[in-house]
Amino acid sequence: MSVEQLYQEIILDHYRMKRNAGLRDPYEVEVHHVNPSCGDELTLRVNMSDGDITDVSYDAQGCSISQASTSAMSELVIGGTAQHALELYDGFQTMIQGQGKVSLDEETYGDAVAFEGVAQFPARVKCAMLGWAAVRDALLRVQAGLREES
Amino acid sequence: MSERYDVEVVRQDFPILSRRIGAYPLTYLDSANTSQKPKQVVEAVSQHYLAHNANVARAMHVLGSEATMAFEDARTAVAGFIGASRSEEVVFTKNASEALNLAAFTLCANLGPGDEVVVSVMEHHSNIVAWQLACSRTGATLRWFDITDEGRLDIDGAVRDGLINSATRIVSVAWISNVLGTVNPVAQIAEMAHAVGAVMVVDGSQGVVQLPTDVTALGCDMLAFTGHKLCGPTGIGVLWGTYDLLESLPPFLGGGEMIEIVRMTGSTYAPPPYRFEAGTPPIAQAVGLHEAIKYVSALGMDQISEHERDITSYALAAMRNVRGLSILGPTDMVDRGGVISFTLDGIHPHDVMQLLDSRGVAIRGGQHCARPLHDRLGVQSSCRASFYLYTTHAEIDRLIEALDYTCDFFSGRLATSGGVR
Repeated sequence: MSVEQLYQEIILDHYRMKRNAGLRDPYEVEVHHVNPSCGDELTLRVNMSDGDITDVSYDAQGCSISQASTSAMSELVIGGTAQHALELYDGFQTMIQGQGKVSLDEETYGDAVAFEGVAQFPARVKCAMLGWAAVRDALLRVQAGLREES
Repeated sequence: MSERYDVEVVRQDFPILSRRIGAYPLTYLDSANTSQKPKQVVEAVSQHYLAHNANVARAMHVLGSEATMAFEDARTAVAGFIGASRSEEVVFTKNASEALNLAAFTLCANLGPGDEVVVSVMEHHSNIVAWQLACSRTGATLRWFDITDEGRLDIDGAVRDGLINSATRIVSVAWISNVLGTVNPVAQIAEMAHAVGAVMVVDGSQGVVQLPTDVTALGCDMLAFTGHKLCGPTGIGVLWGTYDLLESLPPFLGGGEMIEIVRMTGSTYAPPPYRFEAGTPPIAQAVGLHEAIKYVSALGMDQISEHERDITSYALAAMRNVRGLSILGPTDMVDRGGVISFTLDGIHPHDVMQLLDSRGVAIRGGQHCARPLHDRLGVQSSCRASFYLYTTHAEIDRLIEALDYTCDFFSGRLATSGGVR
């Protein structure tokens, strides 16, 4: 696995032009996640309506992998149900921890398929997971009826 | 002064330095994180396990005596290496963090509201959080030195603000910053601390490995450092303290060998250093540290320090020509150690680290356990190249080549981001 394969054009495209970036109102839950080993930080908001995710907005500081992964994630989960997003999380996590042995369904995962290369770089797995972990946390908080980050 | 050593000959003692990473030779520039180990150290540890292994102090048989003697010889060697007057002043811990926590826990035992502890904004998290914990337990207040824009401790500002005053009980600062490379005026700060009756603690994690150490010249009452940055094994650190101070302090961890008499109603404690060494200590690691001290002493700490200066000034000059590169901290060689942190305009340190790694160049990207310092400097994170006694000019050339490659790689691909030239 070469570094060129890691930094695929799709990833760098999301890094250049982050989809759904910026913090927006209204929102139901806001979470703040960090990666203490490198200092990457992410504030992420989720808004829901009738069980559907109507918006994911975020403010992030971090490397290209974490920023692009958050961007691609937001495109995938907006418009779907919380349950769908949590299932996507499970599949993405299984792939990213699969050391290159697990692949994603392109129909389901779209641009996020480009992160399969990250699975070969264990040190970068946390980067690719930051946005996913934040959205999962936010959705679980919505489901638990929590409105404030505790 | 000892004679200048031949770095190519020295490198033959470090088999790992001949490794290749893919198509590239390894360029290890992460020695401030942990140093590589010479064969002599690895062999001493393995020889101890294979021929002399037993527990110390409590085992009375031949092997027990050999292990005890080896452990205590290591203590004596450490004392000699740092200019301590007695080996009983050397406490073995598992690392520098534990040494600083031991210092914070015991020194703060009798503090209360109104008492102040002073650190600096350039400290490693170990020299911040240990004192935060101790302050929150006791109600004491934590204060800190700021830095100048050049990345040096703001002594003038501290004097102006009365940072060290009659309420100050403890001052704890790094000898050399693990991010900026700044060599702090420890003896001067110790004088300020002693003038108000405060105890002076020094985090020597980067200093002891780069400069000749004399605790008397440093002027401190306690000095913490770790073995693994000094060509020694992981799992062993040192807290040195003056005997009178150590003798006045309560225990840290409770357990075997730190006691005198144990009754169910209460116990009395062993004298230093054993009072602070509960449980089976890092025995083989002490043997390894002893060998590491022999190794660096044979090269000469003055020569190692000279070599670091040579490499660092060569690197500082070469890095000036890399597009978009900014150095954090002093850019000249005045009071500067062998670590250079930097940012590349528009490229996140993690991405720089990854690109360099693909060329066999190992650096660190992130906050280097110093988030408050990065906040103070207004940078989210940084890259850090750090050198040691085995670093060569050719390795610096490979770093520069890889940095140029990184700029080219991202400037083509991130052309519209505007950040990369």
